[in-house]
Amino acid sequence: MTLATAPLTTDRPVARRRRVGDALPQIVLAPSFAAVIVFVYGFILFSIYLSATSSRLLPVYDFIGFSNYVRLFQLPNWTLALKNLAIFGSLYIAICCAVGLLLAILIDQKIRIEGLLRPIFLYPMAISFIVTGTAWKWMLDPGIGIAQTMHALGWESFSFTWIKDSEMAIYTIVIAAVWQSSGFIMAMFLAGLRGIDGEMIKAAQIDGASAFQTYRRIVIPQLKPVFLSAFVVLAHLAIKSYDLVVAMTNGGPGRATEMPSTFMYSYTFTRSQMGIGASSAVIMLMMISAVIVPYIYSEIAGEGRP
Amino acid sequence: MGSLDIVHLKKSYGSLSVLDDISLSIEKGGFLVLVGPSGCGKSTLLNTIAGLEPITSGEIRIAGQDVSGLKPADRDIAMVFQSYALYPTMTVAQNIAFGLEMRKVPKAEREAAVKRVADILQIGHLLDRKPSQLSGGQRQRVAMGRALTRNPQVFLFDEPLSNLDAKLRVDMRTEIKRLHERLKTTVVYVTHDQIEAMTLATKIAVLKGGVLQQFGTPAEIYDNPANLFVAEFMGSPSMNLVKGKVDGDGRAVTVARASDPLRLPVRANRILAGYAGREIIVGIRPEAITDPRTDNGGDPSVVVSDFRIDVVEPTGADVYAISELGGRQAIGRCSADYPVRAGEVSRLAVHTSKIVYFDPESEERIA
Amino acid sequence: MTEMTLTSDGRPRRASGSIATRAVLYVLLLLFAAYYLLPLFVMVVNSLKPLAEIQQGNMLALPREWTAAPWVSAWDQAQIGIQATGLAPYLWNSIKMVVPAVAIATMLGALNGYVLTKWRFPGHRIVFGLMLFSCFIPFQIVLIPMARVLGLLGLAGTTPGLILVHVVYGLGFTTLFFRNYYEAFPNELIRAAQMDGAGFWQIFTRILLPSSGPIIVVTVIWQFTNVWNDFLFGASFASPASQPITVALNNLVNSSTGVREYNVHFAGAILAALPTLIVYVVAGRYFVRGLMAGAVKG
Repeated sequence: MTLATAPLTTDRPVARRRRVGDALPQIVLAPSFAAVIVFVYGFILFSIYLSATSSRLLPVYDFIGFSNYVRLFQLPNWTLALKNLAIFGSLYIAICCAVGLLLAILIDQKIRIEGLLRPIFLYPMAISFIVTGTAWKWMLDPGIGIAQTMHALGWESFSFTWIKDSEMAIYTIVIAAVWQSSGFIMAMFLAGLRGIDGEMIKAAQIDGASAFQTYRRIVIPQLKPVFLSAFVVLAHLAIKSYDLVVAMTNGGPGRATEMPSTFMYSYTFTRSQMGIGASSAVIMLMMISAVIVPYIYSEIAGEGRP
Repeated sequence: MGSLDIVHLKKSYGSLSVLDDISLSIEKGGFLVLVGPSGCGKSTLLNTIAGLEPITSGEIRIAGQDVSGLKPADRDIAMVFQSYALYPTMTVAQNIAFGLEMRKVPKAEREAAVKRVADILQIGHLLDRKPSQLSGGQRQRVAMGRALTRNPQVFLFDEPLSNLDAKLRVDMRTEIKRLHERLKTTVVYVTHDQIEAMTLATKIAVLKGGVLQQFGTPAEIYDNPANLFVAEFMGSPSMNLVKGKVDGDGRAVTVARASDPLRLPVRANRILAGYAGREIIVGIRPEAITDPRTDNGGDPSVVVSDFRIDVVEPTGADVYAISELGGRQAIGRCSADYPVRAGEVSRLAVHTSKIVYFDPESEERIA
Repeated sequence: MTEMTLTSDGRPRRASGSIATRAVLYVLLLLFAAYYLLPLFVMVVNSLKPLAEIQQGNMLALPREWTAAPWVSAWDQAQIGIQATGLAPYLWNSIKMVVPAVAIATMLGALNGYVLTKWRFPGHRIVFGLMLFSCFIPFQIVLIPMARVLGLLGLAGTTPGLILVHVVYGLGFTTLFFRNYYEAFPNELIRAAQMDGAGFWQIFTRILLPSSGPIIVVTVIWQFTNVWNDFLFGASFASPASQPITVALNNLVNSSTGVREYNVHFAGAILAALPTLIVYVVAGRYFVRGLMAGAVKG
């Protein structure tokens, strides 16, 4: 095993004699990279191709251009899925950020039981969406859940039937999703708050700012990168959210809580409309790319050049 | 131990040249110091000698053998890093023995080698500790110990003292010097500290912008700097570099002052005939502007004159007397008991035999 | 909040004497804590009640009659799909899937991170960028081709097939974790080891791995949680013989036949959540580090 020396701090090409063993690092990396190229990028290309075919139950290797996309956007189920995603995504992101920031600020006030509270706020993130969905499905169930509890406690007129109501069911998914993710967003904001230079806050105090003003004018504006990270994380989770919907409402009542992910699954695997399913997956990929690609680009290009 | 020769070494990244045609050599047992400001290429040069960075062209010879194509481990060198680079999960003894272990040296021999360097460096009591349990000075010793175990042809030191506090730095400097004298090893040592360079080196190479400015013994570099950069970089306080005008016959230089001009004779072997009547840069070390002593009465190369002193900086051992010379602030160095006072006029002696002269355009030394 | 002042280290803190503000603060925090704990409480309490008690009564009340029957049923009697096997076989399926998937993805991630930081080559940024993006793709885009490839490989509906899927789509994150960790590992140590004669593998096993404890824990927890909690791949690629517990739980809860045994559902949900919850309780610190590393700029 002979190895040339690698230029450790630069990524400039190594202009020197090459030996056979010099390629060892690349050889080690190659299986992983090949797997990613085939299973991610190859598959993406394959799905893009399928979206331009008339495949139904099984792939058909013809070419029908964009007709699947045209049909897709004429399907009421798909427009409903997009509308639901818009409602779910915006509420999920907004509420998670609001709750996360509020909790982070509250917990950053020299709270004695911080060590106890933080894990309580965060544990839902360790749980499967299927479990979360199960718990909230029955808790919000008008027959046995909170409504029933209220009745048992004597509040007979209490009624909460959102999960059975096709207009409101999507909001119950927001409730469960916020429960699951907001503690994580709290942790992100808390890390951001603790990274802020204390001297600046002292300076604001000397300038006569109240605590509220200090947060609004000095602290929160400095959390912009955290807001950005939180947005990217939550937006991508929202677009991908599938398990929670399946567990809570399975897309229902009717198709009222259809999301792009459930749409793709049912059109591809139960309705045998593979071409349509593939085109919906491509749209999902495009939505996620719009959020993630700039983020990754800044991450990789922005990090310290030598 | 072996010699080291660097022949027409070039290194560039695309069109950007980082080391430009460098040739140096150090004899067996010599102590070569590479010195220069940060970014001058001294560490890059050391890394190319180590084989940690590739070169674009040229040759590096260790003990007469071209090693430029070899990997670091095959060059028979050892290196002490700026951060010490001790392996955090290994004990001191394991750190020191690791290089031998990689070379498949039997265990008994490794243990003997560890014991030998532990004795040399007096770190026997630290052998079972982890690097995180050591002080800065102790880590430094262990890093040297790791280099010493293998008896390589050449030792490389990359700013080894820069992470130590001032007092420890001076102690370790002395220790490195003593170690070198005892072990007679060939050393290449990188530093930005010109005092380290002067005290340790048998040869100094001054670099700037990837270009070798001057290569010579400490005395040569100090007394006859090749150009303005070397003159200013080496020595503390820096050499006074003031404008002067060469007399008609090149046998004297006149430096303007607010009061009377100062006329300084030129040493016989440095006559500036070619520069007669032109303006040049005159370089005078602070210690060449000093209190007049009785024993240099009558020496024609010593010019005694009245200086108007602007600022006085006592350092304890000496007093720096600052006064205007050729439009710039010049520093003289007097003994501590010499009565100089700010705002007053003092008599100071200028030792003209130690003066050097530079061309103001090319910045090279003329004489 | 307006009465709060900020202490010397920049942490806001109560103004002396404003006990009321302080009380409001604590009440708010405890209310939130109750909100987060509520579903867990409901699941535990109701998994220990007879079904009739849930149907008639109060979800928040403690059991009047304590019973372990729902747990026994969830473990090995409940009807899942067409068979009354309980969740136990599916728990084993999950374990058989998760252990190799975590081990392989972590090992490969460590090697990739090592190469991408300490043995850089032209194009390493692009390679990493492509691997990183693969973490975020909506997996719907690979479902169809993956189903076909698993079929071609003869792995359709098998645990090894699921392991392959989880390793491939976990690689991006495991590589990211190790890359960011090794990026901060001093290059001088690698150089020193090179001078000492260590080669590619020796540097990895002797110098880097012994210092990688924390990041290995972070990566293992991350990958474990993700694979254990996965539903989409399990639902798409598993057969009844290889279904993970998440899929089985969903089948149990959403089966449309028979009486809804809520208490069994809750017991099953806790069973499915228990392994990741235990990991969270034991090593929560590392779990949070993983989450943050996956989200915040490394």
